[in-house]
Amino acid sequence: MSQTDIIGGLAEILEEVAGVNPADVTPEKTFIDDLDVDSLSMVEVVVAAEEKFDVKIPDEDVKGLRTVGDAVSYIRRAGVAA
Amino acid sequence: MTTAPREVVVTGLGATTPLGGDVASTWEGFLTGRSGVGLINEPWVEELQLPVHIAAQLAVEPPLGRVEARTLDRVQQMALVAAREAWADAGSPTVDPERLGACVGSGIGGVLTLLSQYDVLKERGPRRVSPFVVTMLMPNGPAGTVGLNFGAKAGVHAPVSACASGSEAIALGLEMIRSGRADVVVTGGTEAAIHPLPLAGFGQMQALSKRNDSPTTASRPFDKGRDGFVLGEGAGSLVLESAEHAAARGARVYAVLAGAGMTNDAHHIAQPEPSGDGAARAIRAALASGGLTPADVVHVNAHATSTPVGDLAEANAMRLALGHAAGSVAVTATKSMTGHLLGAAGAVEAVATVLALHHRVVPATINLDALDDEVGLDVVSINARSIPAGAALSNSFGFGGHDVCLAFTTR
Repeated sequence: MSQTDIIGGLAEILEEVAGVNPADVTPEKTFIDDLDVDSLSMVEVVVAAEEKFDVKIPDEDVKGLRTVGDAVSYIRRAGVAA
Repeated sequence: MTTAPREVVVTGLGATTPLGGDVASTWEGFLTGRSGVGLINEPWVEELQLPVHIAAQLAVEPPLGRVEARTLDRVQQMALVAAREAWADAGSPTVDPERLGACVGSGIGGVLTLLSQYDVLKERGPRRVSPFVVTMLMPNGPAGTVGLNFGAKAGVHAPVSACASGSEAIALGLEMIRSGRADVVVTGGTEAAIHPLPLAGFGQMQALSKRNDSPTTASRPFDKGRDGFVLGEGAGSLVLESAEHAAARGARVYAVLAGAGMTNDAHHIAQPEPSGDGAARAIRAALASGGLTPADVVHVNAHATSTPVGDLAEANAMRLALGHAAGSVAVTATKSMTGHLLGAAGAVEAVATVLALHHRVVPATINLDALDDEVGLDVVSINARSIPAGAALSNSFGFGGHDVCLAFTTR
């Protein structure tokens, strides 16, 4: 799956869960400070991403996902590994 | 030497009820004698063969945004709708956050979330349980949500006393201001429990009306033919303010919250003390707290849920506490129109009581075809009635033996 496809998928999830404008979802944005996603909503984002991209994102890996770009790389790697 | 307690006034009102999505439509419903009771249009009524098919459901769904709504239980959403209306009605006061409080009670809390998320857990596993489940089901969720919305830093409290919760929250708000902890407090009550489990449970207690073939006449407080209450949902909110704070900003004052009384029957977990002693002590305490006498009372908004036992115990309490004056007080039971809003009841009825004083008119109790001979009170029926300036009481009682009475006065 391409980077663009993953960003598009994350943007859909972020809009649904936290009301984030999809145009704001770009690789350098941090979830918590830039996109105003709180830690509880982040859990929902992760669960929705696991379902959408058919990957596993263990809780201990979630704090490493600071930016949208971090999440994209993680999902691409996890997808290849699977 | 004692100093008089700080005077506390009501400067804002909010409500979302089975009669309407705001105070204006709810008050219009009270004055025109509209019933908010109807058939429950859910498949579970038939699937589970519930004996009760009727409830008083919200007239207007909470108009919140999708993202805000997904992290809030219905009980929190309704509390927020009512509190925001009350706040705007008060003129969105500028207040030091450390002098602003919130007191919002609920009888049951986020029971819809509790039960639906348990289904999610069983069917889809723990990973699918919402990370908001705890903050949605906790009984202080509505108070926390309302406090957060307005940035209330003086203190946020969530009294839980079943059907007296809303009144207890208002009484607690009064104490916060009188004791000097806050200048403004957003108070209220909320309940969203129209679900098969509470319906089945109240049904098993023989507490609910089974008048399924005639929903609009099922709630009939003080009537000879009453057979139980009708479960309702909704929220009410009052902005309380110290008189000095309200005067300093030129706020409109609806009424004075002159006093509150809180006692307990210590008789039975669910049955009222038949003599009405506990409730009478709450009424006396509310009058004393406001420096009032029975002769000052012109109106009582009764708790009167339409149960055979409860309405009589309350009538006894009023006659005990008010003595000779009881016969000349205009009593009404707005639950005849809203059904029983449990933890929201006291708050919505406080809104009705304040408006009755403000407009000097008491809404009629509907469905009162034949007053129970044992009631012995002047219950307003058929037409709304004018009242003079004076004091008005709002009673609320709850399982657990709770007795709460609020005393409002005209300025």
